[in-house]
Amino acid sequence: MAVRGLSVALGDTDVLTGATLSARRGAITSLIGPSGSGKSTLLRCLNRLVEPPAGTVMLDGVDITTIDVSLLRRRVGLMFQQAVMFPGTVADNIAVGPSYVGAEVSPERITELLRLVGLPEDLRTRSARDLSGGQAQRVALARILANEPEVLLLDEPTSALDPRATRHVEDAVLHLNRQLGISVVWVSHSVDQVARTAHDVGLLAAGRVVEFGPAEHLLSGEHAHLSGEFAAGRFDEGAPVSHHRPEETG
Amino acid sequence: MIDGWLDFLPRLLGALSLVAVAIAISVWQRLHLEGNMLIAVVRAFLQLMILGFALQWIFGLDAWLAIPFAVAVMFTAAGLTAGSRAKGIPHGGWLATAAIVVAGVLTLGVLIVLQVFPFTPRYIIPIAGMIIGNSMVVTGLVMSSLRDALMQQRLEVETALALGATPKQAAAGQLRRALATGMTPIIDNTKTVGLVALPGAMTGMLIAGAEPLAAVQLQIIVMYMLVGASAVAGLTAAYLCFRQFFSGSQQLQIPQEADKAHQ
Repeated sequence: MAVRGLSVALGDTDVLTGATLSARRGAITSLIGPSGSGKSTLLRCLNRLVEPPAGTVMLDGVDITTIDVSLLRRRVGLMFQQAVMFPGTVADNIAVGPSYVGAEVSPERITELLRLVGLPEDLRTRSARDLSGGQAQRVALARILANEPEVLLLDEPTSALDPRATRHVEDAVLHLNRQLGISVVWVSHSVDQVARTAHDVGLLAAGRVVEFGPAEHLLSGEHAHLSGEFAAGRFDEGAPVSHHRPEETG
Repeated sequence: MIDGWLDFLPRLLGALSLVAVAIAISVWQRLHLEGNMLIAVVRAFLQLMILGFALQWIFGLDAWLAIPFAVAVMFTAAGLTAGSRAKGIPHGGWLATAAIVVAGVLTLGVLIVLQVFPFTPRYIIPIAGMIIGNSMVVTGLVMSSLRDALMQQRLEVETALALGATPKQAAAGQLRRALATGMTPIIDNTKTVGLVALPGAMTGMLIAGAEPLAAVQLQIIVMYMLVGASAVAGLTAAYLCFRQFFSGSQQLQIPQEADKAHQ
């Protein structure tokens, strides 16, 4: 996905101010930055839950505003910080996306999707509202996969989870990326998580992507201070990296 | 005529003494409701007096042309009232008026075509008043509860949108609950009619000296008619209103004024 010059204002606040980024097909691209830097808004622009008044988003070279919105959202799935479970069982929840276009999900497919996210088959009949936070996030992931997406957008899905549940979600996403080649754009609050999972990293500040490049490059060597300062909470808007130019790849 | 007014005065004073008790309680308990109570008492007196004189004149004319005129006045007043309950919904007043007009025209149309009531001002104007008044309450309830549900359950609606739902699919649960909220009072009233309290139309007929069975027949028709009108008003209000919360490209958009009204 290629993002060019995105600008969004919510009320009187400029949330994105010309954000530009390229996420490679088949890669995990992480977005990090201080709170209020526009990460979540950028992510929501990628499946048009937010419509930017300025800028373009391309999916495989096609402007996403030319794609039917419902179809786009099935191709580009979004996992929220908090997994909302609809009434009914786990199986009902997994089948909800296809049901919007009148399609059914077979019991075998539900089993397969549960296995893909590392959950046991017998969870399918459980009431979805009785799940733990970590289980609910993985069911939310399986629910997105039922739409057979090409891109997964993750909006800090592990920020409310304990370390063990966080690892389970990370493992599931890494598995999907490796096995199915699904591209991932992952907003994360944790530099350690980015180091464990990302191929590419974009650093946001004050509504712009101020740094972008391969994870091993940005998280070590001459740029290591960026992640260090971010982790230490000293990474303020427009502060130490404002002189860096966003790097474009792919 | 004069005798009638002389009779009315002591009864009015008797009833006002009960209002005085309510005002005394408000002052004693520091409820600060006495100002509003006085306004309500004066408004009710003036509005009903004007209505009484107007109806007396209209019934005297016995011209069917008075019907659309009176109904239009009721539609406007009901639309404004329901719209003020639907604060924070863009064009809320117009949408409420549209829902009430649809319900009123449809229900009255059916009653007139089926000749349930004679097409004379004496019958149609009070019946229209009941239909429009009831539709007004349902419309206001449905619109405000839909607004609150969409705001409280933003994440649920956006989760469905993100899975490819259309706005109607994403807000289906909220639409259903808002409609149920709006319809419940009239369904409950219909279920318990005659068990808890004697309803208005029947009470009026009984006091005016009608036979109980004649009064009951009218009340049954009125209750069924109000259930129909509520369903049409609620459904129209819900569907007109939910569109205000979604953009043309299927984004949930909570208007800033709705945010304020909800708080």
